Amino acid sequence: MSEPDLWRRLAQSTPARLRLGRSGAGLPTRETLRFSLAHAQARDAVHASLDADGLERGLAALGLATVRVSSRAAGRDSYLLRPDLGRTLADAGRERLTGSGAGPVDLALIVADGLSARAVTAHAAKVVAALLPPVRQAGWRIGPVAIAEQARVALGDEIGALLQARLALVLIGERPGLSSPDSLGLYLTYAPRPGRSDGERNCISNIHAAGLSHDQAAAGALWLIRAAFARQMTGVALKDESGATPAIAEPGRG
Amino acid sequence: MAYRHIIGRQTHVFEDLRELMAKATPARSGDRLAGLAAGSAEEAVAARMALAELPLSTFLAEALVPYEADEVTRLILDSHDRAAFAPVASLTVGDFRDWLLSDEATTSALARLAPGITPEMAAAVCKIMRLQDLIAVARKCRVVTRFRNTIGLPGTMAVRLQPNHPSDDPRGILASMCEGLAFGCGDAVIGINPVSDNLAVLGDLLKLLDELITRLEIPTQGCVLTHVTSSIELIGRGAPVDLVFQSVAGTEAANRSFGIDLAVLREGHEAGRSLKRGTLGANLMYFETGQGSALSAEAHHGVDQQTLEARAYAVCRAFDPLLVNTVVGFIGPEYLYDGKQITRAGLEDHFCGKLMGLPMGCDVCYTNHAEADQDDMDALLTLLGAAGVTYVMGVPGADDVMLNYQSTSFHDQLYIRDLLGLKRAPEFEAWLAAHGLTEADGRLAAKPGEGRLLASLAELAA
Repeated sequence: MSEPDLWRRLAQSTPARLRLGRSGAGLPTRETLRFSLAHAQARDAVHASLDADGLERGLAALGLATVRVSSRAAGRDSYLLRPDLGRTLADAGRERLTGSGAGPVDLALIVADGLSARAVTAHAAKVVAALLPPVRQAGWRIGPVAIAEQARVALGDEIGALLQARLALVLIGERPGLSSPDSLGLYLTYAPRPGRSDGERNCISNIHAAGLSHDQAAAGALWLIRAAFARQMTGVALKDESGATPAIAEPGRG
Repeated sequence: MAYRHIIGRQTHVFEDLRELMAKATPARSGDRLAGLAAGSAEEAVAARMALAELPLSTFLAEALVPYEADEVTRLILDSHDRAAFAPVASLTVGDFRDWLLSDEATTSALARLAPGITPEMAAAVCKIMRLQDLIAVARKCRVVTRFRNTIGLPGTMAVRLQPNHPSDDPRGILASMCEGLAFGCGDAVIGINPVSDNLAVLGDLLKLLDELITRLEIPTQGCVLTHVTSSIELIGRGAPVDLVFQSVAGTEAANRSFGIDLAVLREGHEAGRSLKRGTLGANLMYFETGQGSALSAEAHHGVDQQTLEARAYAVCRAFDPLLVNTVVGFIGPEYLYDGKQITRAGLEDHFCGKLMGLPMGCDVCYTNHAEADQDDMDALLTLLGAAGVTYVMGVPGADDVMLNYQSTSFHDQLYIRDLLGLKRAPEFEAWLAAHGLTEADGRLAAKPGEGRLLASLAELAA
């Protein structure tokens, strides 16, 4: 293989910004402007709001009931500056959850906007769809899916506790990157309850077109759920030893 | 005990040392979030004035985080070097600032002093220093560390090559590594943040790094930035681990939220040392820190985030690290709101780390939900370069496609080298020249001789 071919093949294996050229030490004009555009788009993604109706329809099509909740953060600014509010349920949602009579469940599913509602719109229902068949086959009780707005990961602890869940699985929009304003993350917490620390969770991140596929994410989550139920824990002590091979990126897939 | 300062007819009262320290801290959103910030601009200055009159030795008598409840406090006080502290033992915080700025505080005097400085002392003096003070004093501090090359020599700045990939694809990582090397990056470390926690995946990435470094005989070190317990496990399975990585914080409770304590760090350090992979030296720990992590874990004990960040450096210092960097703008706007707050925090962290004797680098960075942009990064990088920062990051196009934030780029490090005449670690600089990647003066070759590099990479990629 000739050198330029090798370069091209290697560079095609990553969405990283390679081969940009240089103007002195700086970026060429077209690249510095392209970067500004990506930053502008990522900034806009942070402030976009969740299409909860569309999400509800997508989950209903999978045969799943939903319950709408929100955190105590009243809007985006409050959400960004007050993580404590984003981790606590507003009263209305708490009442809906306690009134749902859904618990106890094995698995509480929580779909949360986090920092990228676009990620949730693009990927959340598809990851749930990939996860459902094995979950149903295992006979795990899941109850209604909580659709949570202005939500941080730890909001899943309170929701999971109210549903008396053995494990909370939070699907949440990750902080938007320049090249991936729609990246979804999954967080698993065994025996969820308010006050759980991040060290007590497992995470699967970077679910987007150039990252993990929906199937890969679901397979990873399934392995972790089984391991968490078997060992009655999640967190740093639960290592992923599923024997999975690293995913090869195929841009455009997802 | 309470502290008072009178301004005009107003007596400002601070109930204890924690409140005094917090209210003296220049404004940042994280302290406001914690309910610790000064209530007015005047109160903040009154706190700084009261703090300036405080004897430095107060911090040896009064712990901000209780000794009984926190192993980091015990580490700080039990390992304090009183002999090293002696030259400044009688100074107040304000006198200490004056001394640091004076010609008496030479490079060698500062090196001798470092073991005598506790994090709280460094944090206190930092709060009454302006940016120019933080830069001027940090520049006088020199910390040299070694594994396979020499980092921290005067007139040098190293770069961590950060070739992350959103699904850990080895070919994509190799592509970023190759271009980074061609830009002259990677003397601090070639360090991959993996997406996966999977031990098999981590093991493969370690092998990739090891093959690259061995085959090309690059005088540098590799690191997969995974949890210390994973590194210990991987070392047990025979994986080629150069540097042992861990994120650390300034309280026992915050570290527990990271799934670590001092004992497991000790275990990681020992495991790394057992491999004896360093050729020039045995500094092999790599730590990352950042203001706000303790509050984020609800483990801050009512102490301000800048002081807690300095306490994390006491944790680092106990393990003779090769590299320590604050990931200053990664945490988000709830802790550091905008470019101004990120800039100040980056220079504070660098100063405190250097004063305490650490090989301090900085991930000059921001997230897309913070009020910051590339202009802020250019400013902070330039200021840190002037301050003598040990290393910065090199990320393709400044866009980390795995961690979803913006750091400094391959281009940015060239800019600051050109501007300030900063060289690389000498062994690495010689390697670049030998491979035709740089000219004799260290600048990138106009037509880089990437041929041999690429031929070797082709075999790796196959």
